[in-house]
Amino acid sequence: MTRVKARRIAAMLDQGKATRAMIWIMAIMVFLTVLAAALGLATTRATQALDRDLAGRLTVQVVEGNAGRRDDQVARILTSVRRLPGVESASEVDRAQLAELVRPWLGDAGLDPELPMPAMIDVDLADGADSRVASIELVVRGIAPGARVDRHVAWLAPVRDFLALLTLLAGGVVLLMLVATGAVVLLSAKSGLDTHRDTIDVLHMLGSTDPQLSRLFQRRVGADTLLGGAIGATAGIAVVALLQVQVATLGAGVTQGASLASADWILLAAIPIGFAIIAMIAARIGVSGQLRKTL
Amino acid sequence: MANIVQFENVGLRYGTGAETLSDVSFTLASSGFYFVTGNSGAGKTSLLRLLYLSQRPTRGVIHMFGEDVVTLPRKRLPGFRRRIGVVFQDFRLVPHLSAYDNVALPLRVAGMPEVDIDEPVREMLAWVGLMDRADALPATLSGGEQQRVAIARAVINRPDMLVADEPTGNVDPVMAERLLHLFEALHRLGTTLVVATHDIALINSVPSAHIMRIEGGRLDDPSGALRHPPKRDEL
Repeated sequence: MTRVKARRIAAMLDQGKATRAMIWIMAIMVFLTVLAAALGLATTRATQALDRDLAGRLTVQVVEGNAGRRDDQVARILTSVRRLPGVESASEVDRAQLAELVRPWLGDAGLDPELPMPAMIDVDLADGADSRVASIELVVRGIAPGARVDRHVAWLAPVRDFLALLTLLAGGVVLLMLVATGAVVLLSAKSGLDTHRDTIDVLHMLGSTDPQLSRLFQRRVGADTLLGGAIGATAGIAVVALLQVQVATLGAGVTQGASLASADWILLAAIPIGFAIIAMIAARIGVSGQLRKTL
Repeated sequence: MANIVQFENVGLRYGTGAETLSDVSFTLASSGFYFVTGNSGAGKTSLLRLLYLSQRPTRGVIHMFGEDVVTLPRKRLPGFRRRIGVVFQDFRLVPHLSAYDNVALPLRVAGMPEVDIDEPVREMLAWVGLMDRADALPATLSGGEQQRVAIARAVINRPDMLVADEPTGNVDPVMAERLLHLFEALHRLGTTLVVATHDIALINSVPSAHIMRIEGGRLDDPSGALRHPPKRDEL
């Protein structure tokens, strides 16, 4: 019976072209919002993956022309650094690996043991031990004054900053879309009031209260937004899913980290509900504001 | 008989123009029957708008059902409007709703449960002789049928006062007589009727009714009888 009543009351306002237009406007807005939100979530995930991979990792570069002295410095650094609190592991990068790294520039000459190549030591810190970097630098410089200590985080800081910027941008777009939705609904509610002016006047004359009339529009706008939102979200999620498949095939480090988690998909699917709530609030505010101008 | 409406020196002005109504003072008694007459542009419709609370006066005092409706907070007006039935000359039916749903509107607005709506709506449609047209949209109804739907909608809530603007303006003499019988039936049930009309035959057919004549925005009431109106046969 309640459903019948709701249907009867909703029928007080004529179903017209404006309603169908509203559904498609909402579908487009939710579609774009899903894409922007997916970008924001993916870049957030990528940033988190980057942080996980790079946090607490550093490389000590021992630059010493005399191979014997260099090897001695490396051995002493390894011994001293491994003793420091917060250091999980420290190991010298294999010379063959280094030679492989410089092969594009030096060819097989990189394998020549006489070539004064710097030695590299990879150091992994325990979680939360980033503050130990300064003490490691102190120990390393004490043994090899010409050595360099490079944090991996610092190398990829520009990439991380770029990802953070993308996240911020995506968040901004989502926010703008929400504001635009509110504005569209406000305008639509105002024009809806004009369209239904005669019906509203009759209902007013029959003793309808402002909340009753607002609810008529609120329900209509909520239903239209949900329907349009469902269409837009379905299309948006399908596009994002396709992109995720593409990203998975790339296999590159940063893009691999951009995979959406289950919670992200749920969040994307919930966007139409959020839009419907905002639209209903905007409709209520818009209609109530207009009605207050009448007697 | 108790008074349900009292106007004291009421004036109405639209914008910055001259007053449409000036110094209008009268009293409407409960269960009274009143005809409002006057030339076109005399201010009849403005007076009716004040009566069905679609307009506030620019000056003066209006008491309705024992309260000052001029200073009444806006949110309390719907409660008063539900006690007033209105029939417009142009009917103002909701075009996309059937005759049944148009008549049911006041009950739905009043929040009556859907299960309780059917019986009074069908009774009312039967009363105005439109039971077989319950599902028809207004556009498919004749002028007289639309007028009867409008009347059924106006009275289904058993209002304390019915305000009708030129109710016979768009109907033939047979239908006008039928409408008059409807009004008299309502009057007998205790509803106060205020009917604006140019129709002399209609006025003459209700000898017990009071006449309110508007001229140039003023109520023609030299004896002050409309402030404490006697019936016409007492004059």
